Amino acid sequence: MIGIVDYGVGNLRSLCCSLSYLGLEHLVSGEREKLKECKRLILPGVGAFGDARAILRESGLDEFLIAEAQEGKPLLGICLGMQLLLQGSEEFGSREGLKLISGRACPLKEDVPAGFKVPHMGWNSLKFCKNSPLFKYSSEGEWVYFVHSFYGKGCGGDTLAVSDYGIPVTAAVGRKNVFGTQFHPEKSGSAGLKILRAFSEV
Amino acid sequence: MLAKRVIPCLDVRAGRVVKGINFSGVQDVADPVALAKKYNDEGADELVFYDITASVEERKLFTRVLEKVAEQIFIPLTVGGGIRELDDFARVLGCGADKVSVNSGAIADFSLIGRAANKYGSQCVVLSMDVKRVNGKFTLFAKGGRENTGIDALDWAERGVKDGAGEIVLNSIDTDGVKGGFDIEMLQRLCERVDVPVIASGGAGKTEDFVELFEKVPGADAGLAASIFHFDEVKIKDLKARLEKEGIPVRI
Repeated sequence: MIGIVDYGVGNLRSLCCSLSYLGLEHLVSGEREKLKECKRLILPGVGAFGDARAILRESGLDEFLIAEAQEGKPLLGICLGMQLLLQGSEEFGSREGLKLISGRACPLKEDVPAGFKVPHMGWNSLKFCKNSPLFKYSSEGEWVYFVHSFYGKGCGGDTLAVSDYGIPVTAAVGRKNVFGTQFHPEKSGSAGLKILRAFSEV
Repeated sequence: MLAKRVIPCLDVRAGRVVKGINFSGVQDVADPVALAKKYNDEGADELVFYDITASVEERKLFTRVLEKVAEQIFIPLTVGGGIRELDDFARVLGCGADKVSVNSGAIADFSLIGRAANKYGSQCVVLSMDVKRVNGKFTLFAKGGRENTGIDALDWAERGVKDGAGEIVLNSIDTDGVKGGFDIEMLQRLCERVDVPVIASGGAGKTEDFVELFEKVPGADAGLAASIFHFDEVKIKDLKARLEKEGIPVRI
């Protein structure tokens, strides 16, 4: 059973549909007791880092997720969910993240060369930096779908893959049982489904 | 490097895709889910569903179609047609749309763009515009291109982006239906004015038209077409192979 962490941000429908399509059992919940029963957790998210972080703190889900991750439960953050796993964010003021992965979410606008539109929106290809069980079924160069204005900067050895957008943009991160994708696997066609399947097997 | 996108557009009415009028004057139809699946398998980068519904009953069928497509196809879905209120955004996003395109709704009430961008984010709000040359000026038309608003189209685009539109679909009435290629000049002018992704629409008749688009308008992110894909005049798979051969980045 995969638990999709529902903390009131974003549309979870596509993610649920893609897991159903793969035949993977899942539930959507914001309750710790229910999520604790799940073998794997996905932290989705769109919107602003500050709001999402505040909701996670108020609901106590932040401590819960950190504890579950430290106990070895596979955790996958998607898009903003990935950025929340980092040390912090510079989105509208400096904020702390869940600190499970190195790096901070920083504005793309300050780092990409002139002429590169922000948000970074559309299909970009993956360049692997490290071997990861998340890419068990994937090949280098596969295209995945991005929509974001901030990116993980300084993820160092936790960087699993990047995409070229004038600069190498962090596309996926990982440390032991904790993973994150800046792109949306649930919107990335068959390339994305392969990554979700791989996560269900780590 | 972002891939240039190829986007088929599906007009949906009464739960079926309307493919155009054939020689005997009869409207051809197809199953939207089957057609969407076919395009997805051929490598479409995104799908646009256009609701050309005439009644409340048909609108229900449209949302059901959208739900069924979202259950089986995992690429970005954009919905347009009849988007006039924030409630319309909520309705189609709830059914699985990722982006919502506004056209006449924004002309009737410009604040819709800003309100939608505030609530759902700019990435969700697509400003679609029908544009025609009137006395040499690019002019915005409403109601499916039937009504001249007198508004300068490039100013309109700039205002829309400033208010939060995250993408623009430029449909040239001058080239639409002619199948003589996209409106390169109009697109070039638009790309000089806005810094969000621009989707070219209107005029695609053959593979070379997409090659010309991406070569002559580097700022264009995507090419949209309907009938040439519906009737297999151009197969998306072949089109993308050709674009790749020409050195244009595409998702294959």
